[in-house]
Amino acid sequence: MSLITSTAPHIRSRLNTQKIMLNVIISLLPCALAGIFYFGYRAAIVMAVAMVSAVAAEFIWQKLAKKPVKVNDCSAAVTGLLLALCITPTAPWWMVMIGSVFAIIIVKQLFGGIGDNFLNPALAARAVLLASWPARMTAHIAVTTFPGVDVVASATPLAGGEASMLQLLFGQVPGAIGETCKIAILIGFVYLLITKTITFEVPVVTMLSAFVLSWALGMNPVTTVLSGGLLFGAVYMATDYTTSPMNRWPRVIYAAGIGCMTVLIRKFGAYPEGVTYAILLMNILTPLLDRMLPNRVYGHSRKKEAK
Amino acid sequence: MKVSFRGGVHPAHHSKRPTQHLPVEAFVSDTVRIIMSMHIGAPSTPCVKKGDLVKVGQVIGEPVGALGIPVHASVSGEVIAVEKIPYLGAQPVECVTIRNDFADTWVELNPLGNVESVDPALIVPAIKNAGICGMGGASFPTHIKLSPREGQQCETILVNGAECETHLTADHRLMLENSDRIVDGVRAAMRAVNAKEGIIAIEDNKPDAIKAMIKACHGRENVRVQVMRTKYPQGGEKQLIEACTGKQVPSGKLPLDVGVVVLNVGTCAAIADAVIDGKPLIERITTVTGGVRNPANLLLRIGTITEDVIGHCGGFAVTPGKVCFGGAMTGLCLPNISIPMAKSTNGIVVYSEEEAASVEEDACIRCGKCVSVCPIGLNPFEIKLAADKDDMEKAKSLNVMDCVLCGCCSFECPARRWLTASFKMAKQKIAAQAKAKGGK
Repeated sequence: MSLITSTAPHIRSRLNTQKIMLNVIISLLPCALAGIFYFGYRAAIVMAVAMVSAVAAEFIWQKLAKKPVKVNDCSAAVTGLLLALCITPTAPWWMVMIGSVFAIIIVKQLFGGIGDNFLNPALAARAVLLASWPARMTAHIAVTTFPGVDVVASATPLAGGEASMLQLLFGQVPGAIGETCKIAILIGFVYLLITKTITFEVPVVTMLSAFVLSWALGMNPVTTVLSGGLLFGAVYMATDYTTSPMNRWPRVIYAAGIGCMTVLIRKFGAYPEGVTYAILLMNILTPLLDRMLPNRVYGHSRKKEAK
Repeated sequence: MKVSFRGGVHPAHHSKRPTQHLPVEAFVSDTVRIIMSMHIGAPSTPCVKKGDLVKVGQVIGEPVGALGIPVHASVSGEVIAVEKIPYLGAQPVECVTIRNDFADTWVELNPLGNVESVDPALIVPAIKNAGICGMGGASFPTHIKLSPREGQQCETILVNGAECETHLTADHRLMLENSDRIVDGVRAAMRAVNAKEGIIAIEDNKPDAIKAMIKACHGRENVRVQVMRTKYPQGGEKQLIEACTGKQVPSGKLPLDVGVVVLNVGTCAAIADAVIDGKPLIERITTVTGGVRNPANLLLRIGTITEDVIGHCGGFAVTPGKVCFGGAMTGLCLPNISIPMAKSTNGIVVYSEEEAASVEEDACIRCGKCVSVCPIGLNPFEIKLAADKDDMEKAKSLNVMDCVLCGCCSFECPARRWLTASFKMAKQKIAAQAKAKGGK
């Protein structure tokens, strides 16, 4: 009888990379459905194009680079879906495709693939699309409760449009596909917490810091946290494993940085929205934050840790 | 108040312990193979030869070196072989095989009597002569733990009844069935080093054991039960000390440097046997579970062969893939089932082929789960990158030497990375390098 010998531990938790990514996709379903409900078939097309082209880009890259093909870890699908949900439903298919390919090839694979990118792929792609086609990216449409009905261009609340609290909460405002319905995002957040996919620190601190700073600057704090992509960014983008800090205090600083930077850009910057750049900026600071504030190691004095 | 430590995990198998309600039953086999290196330190030297007749409790291995302890015959009968056999480590070890005559004739014992009245100076020598080493798994010689160096003073005897590993119920059953013996052992250890208090620490998933031990502590001097939250590795020495005393053992130091000695409940019972009855350590409770037909808590003579134990438990219930000594988080894999159990074997766990199937390592996704579960506060993902590149200097600077090999990071890692395994190798490599340097 031959027995296997290996080093302990002999059991592993049930959560693996693929299940984590599937959890994220499941948690995004309310947002996706809300997007389709409000913006009609166009939203569905954008999501489908983004996901298919992201997965295809990853597959082709891994084949060409003669790397093991790992598209079934679902991480590329998550990137595609996240990108789709943070752009406008009127985006043409070729733009969405360019975004997905850029996210996967340039931001993710060229830096070493999963776990090695220093920017959030979906957000970096969104930033590139915004810089390249600003008019198309901000061509928002008014919501309709009748999918398929033609809609007219409209301004988002951040760009001067009017909206009530309830409209903001339920997402009856123009905006990106998945960002408008706050209720759907909160449902997804709760799901992510229950499945232990993410911890609460980053989203909660991001929202709190944005609330406090906007209040201090004389803006309406409730409108600030409920409008634009702040909540979506705080729950889905800022919590990206690879590009957010691992240690507790760096996480808190990172999240506070995102909240504050968003408000500062909205208040003083040229853009009406600032979440994307706030998160990308803090992504860059992530390794530094983790290095500056390491965890205290058991049995080491605080003094030694400080050097 | 329930106490705990930072980090840690809750293994899924944690709650499933089919043997926790099964009383301990004795099993004596017809042959025992007693190895000479059951403790940390130089192996003992066999002092019997083939054909000798031995009695139970007779010394068959003489201690060697400062950490040495004697080895005793666990059955009476004829020595049928003294030879080197392959064991868990890389090197073959000296082994004495005895055929049991089932007469159970004992050598003459030298009991010291009541632990409260015995001369404290006699306790540590009695522990050494009884061949006692840590029975929770690490097998460090107990008499060394209870011999403070100049300038050290043991304030607290901390007794480990956490049994935080998966599958195991040996300590749990001992606490239920032999609580008074444990407290006797704690008192003996306390008196040996003049400790102020004895704390018996138990996880809150064993309410019956907590009750039994509180009852046993009643009326005894300065011994109490401390309830802890159920979390792995609550029974790790460093975590136990942190949870119960709030102190941390400085890096590279021993518990005695913070005035604590940690003893397993099994070790305490063995100390009581050694002091009160003069009995050496010749048997222990071992949980046999997993893929066997009849899981059980067995009182086994030291040196009982794994195959005999599994046979006694009805044989394999599955196609065996792995057989391990100890629980799932830190257990050691047996190369084959002719390996005998030793003084530290608290469990024999059988895994089916499916359970034992090797897991493929994926790329790190930097989820940070390893960081959040590490009870030491290390960055396992980063150490793994250094270890993979064979950069031992980097691994050392990331404090890999503080790693306790609890397995939490590997357990939790969604990319199934072999973190703990690579830290074990790195620690061995660094220790070997340091030794080579010191030797020059």
